[in-house]
Amino acid sequence: MSWWRSLLSRRDVLRVGAGGAAALAGSAALGQGGTHPAGHTGTAPVSPVPSTTAHAGHGNNLMVGAVNHKRNGFDPMAMLTDWDWGKVSTLPNGQTLREYTMIAQDKEIEIAPGIFFPAWTYNGRVPGPTLRCTEGDRLRITFINATIHAHTIHFHGVHSAEMDGVPGAGPGEIQPGGRFVYEFDAEPFGCHLYHCHATSLKRHIHKGMYGAFIVDPKEGRPPAREFVMVQNAFDTNFDGANEIYAVNTVGFEFARRPIPVQKGELIRIYLINILEFDLINSFHLHANFFNYYDTGTTLEPTSRIVDTIMQAQGQRGILEFKYKFTGNFMFHPHISEFTELGWMGSFQVVEPDAYPAALKAAGVDAGWDQRSRQGAAGGRS
Amino acid sequence: MSAPAVGGGRWASLWGLALVPLLLLGAVLAYLVATGGGLKTLQGPPVEQVKVGRVTLPERGVIQVQVINDGPQAVTIPQVMVDDAFWSFTARPAGAIPRLGTATLTIPYPWVEGEAHNVALLTSLGTVFEAEIPVATLTPQPGRDLFVRFGLVGLYVGVVPVLLGMLWFPWMRRLSAPAMNFILALTVGLLVYLAVGTYLDAQAFAAALPAFWQGTPAVLLIALLTLGVLLALGGKRKPEDAPLGLSYRIATGIGLHNLGEGLAIGAAFALGEAALGTFLILGFTLHNITEGVGIVAPVVRHRPRLTQFALLALIAGGPAILGTWLGGFAFNPVLATVFLAVGVGAIVQVVWEVSRLVARNTAALGAPLVGWSTLGGFTVGVALMYFTAFFVKF
Ligand SMILES: [Cu+2]
Repeated sequence: MSWWRSLLSRRDVLRVGAGGAAALAGSAALGQGGTHPAGHTGTAPVSPVPSTTAHAGHGNNLMVGAVNHKRNGFDPMAMLTDWDWGKVSTLPNGQTLREYTMIAQDKEIEIAPGIFFPAWTYNGRVPGPTLRCTEGDRLRITFINATIHAHTIHFHGVHSAEMDGVPGAGPGEIQPGGRFVYEFDAEPFGCHLYHCHATSLKRHIHKGMYGAFIVDPKEGRPPAREFVMVQNAFDTNFDGANEIYAVNTVGFEFARRPIPVQKGELIRIYLINILEFDLINSFHLHANFFNYYDTGTTLEPTSRIVDTIMQAQGQRGILEFKYKFTGNFMFHPHISEFTELGWMGSFQVVEPDAYPAALKAAGVDAGWDQRSRQGAAGGRS
Repeated sequence: MSAPAVGGGRWASLWGLALVPLLLLGAVLAYLVATGGGLKTLQGPPVEQVKVGRVTLPERGVIQVQVINDGPQAVTIPQVMVDDAFWSFTARPAGAIPRLGTATLTIPYPWVEGEAHNVALLTSLGTVFEAEIPVATLTPQPGRDLFVRFGLVGLYVGVVPVLLGMLWFPWMRRLSAPAMNFILALTVGLLVYLAVGTYLDAQAFAAALPAFWQGTPAVLLIALLTLGVLLALGGKRKPEDAPLGLSYRIATGIGLHNLGEGLAIGAAFALGEAALGTFLILGFTLHNITEGVGIVAPVVRHRPRLTQFALLALIAGGPAILGTWLGGFAFNPVLATVFLAVGVGAIVQVVWEVSRLVARNTAALGAPLVGWSTLGGFTVGVALMYFTAFFVKF
């Protein structure tokens, strides 16, 4: 600690409670009434402070600078709509086969401007690819371990024991240089996740080995603009508590770059909580209410007209809502601590004719817009 | 062959031989820097180490944090959290902080008067260094009014008690020789207490210094060096020759100790820990009154002038005023450590001198050096300091 802390504890003189009578007497005696002139002068910025207009009213609660997404090789904004449908073919029995390749890779990623984290990843990104398929599809996932630690992929869903991706089941942990093909039918439909289940579990999850696993119902869901948001966090100093909270990895990213949507359109969010070290996370939408589908395994909402939902570790669900007004609207967990530590963003709601400009402001193109509407169409549009 | 040539040759070979190891050392260092010396595989992960120096609240809504990089390599602090929230800030100078470099971070944070705050600095590798603000209040800015008030505090805890303690002088003059020796033994006791206390305070400051200062051994070494210099200076001196000189040396040692007290009080006020206030000032005044007894004890058989008393009180008590100013306005933990370490050496030196005086008196009285009288005096001296300290320890 700093010198004065030790000074104070050494001399043991300062344990009298603040605000006590002695404190008042002491400060009165010295006339520390708070009328001292400002003695501080201007300083040079460490790096460019982003425009405050992008921050829906949270003042100076921000991270200084911006993350280099190119260097990371992934962008949280692009990840919102980045569905991985796999390599699609048809089996002799008429079943759709989707083939994926997942490579475990060690990679240092920038999780906040200037803060680097030694991540363990699937395909070099955190979260890993958003695997998307339709109920009943045959999934064949080739897992290659290109790291120096043993890893697995454990899918939430229904499958045989040897495909469970846990130590002691089937091949168990896949050793460095090893590979294994996980194969099973996609069921039930819903908003699921996958993650590494090697020991120690906490470390393998919080280091970044997880991702979204979306199984669409056969009959599909109504057309909507869809996003996937993986709530995650990082313990940068390995003290068993997180320093940085986010959706899709980078703190305050959607505060710096609000997500463009159109007024009146249906918005659907696949929300996943893969937080480690904290029991729960939550999601609160400003100036709006939504329908919630717990685990996404029903076609009818399990909660209607709510504006805050709570998810424990590994929980997930689907949110559906429309915006009645244009403007910037915040979303964040109603856990203030997480909000102030990076898990905060906003939607920029615009009229349809203003949408191209909003896309440009967010740094995304028409392809991103198309992918955001493609999900509900089963990847076919 | 002429004589000067021989002399020049000797000179050249003398200095040449002295330089050879240095030249070879330079070559080895250059090799290590250039090639890694074949040890590259031994290099571990990067180590980040910074020390948070002074934390100040220069105005409403602003926190300033001084950071010193005492790690082996440059450190970048890209993000800052205050009270578990990421916060904007500016750094001066901007960019990476080189080894042994310093930067000042200015954070526009709406801190709350009287409440505790926590500042956490995140390095680029995600290491967290924290600083506490125990009770937020505006850092006192040097101004005439506060300068006078801090001076008054120093006066109350330093000069006044020493002067009051000196008022026992007329009483002490009427004491018998054994009783006076008891008082001198008592002086040794209180000086030993001050030496221990000053040493521990110096170590507390030293422990908080950036690692490269090596504060912990430095305190001991500075104290020993001070003691050595003072002993060497006083080597030819006999205590009976100049009792007034001994009084001045006691006053100087106590003065350095009181400087430390002033630093602590001033720094505490600067940190908003004004809770100590008047009560603490009363406590220090009571605690320090025995110091006056110790200072005048060697001169009871003499007749110093009143101005001598005034000067002695100023030397012993005045540094408390200086310390309060320094602690309140411009705290420097390095200087504080050095001052206190010097104080330890000075106090130990006068312990040595007064002990010799006690030994001489004991011998003249035909009593053993360590007897019930001297041991009793020593114990009472330590106990007086110990129990009056109850008023300033919470
Ligand atoms: Cu793993």
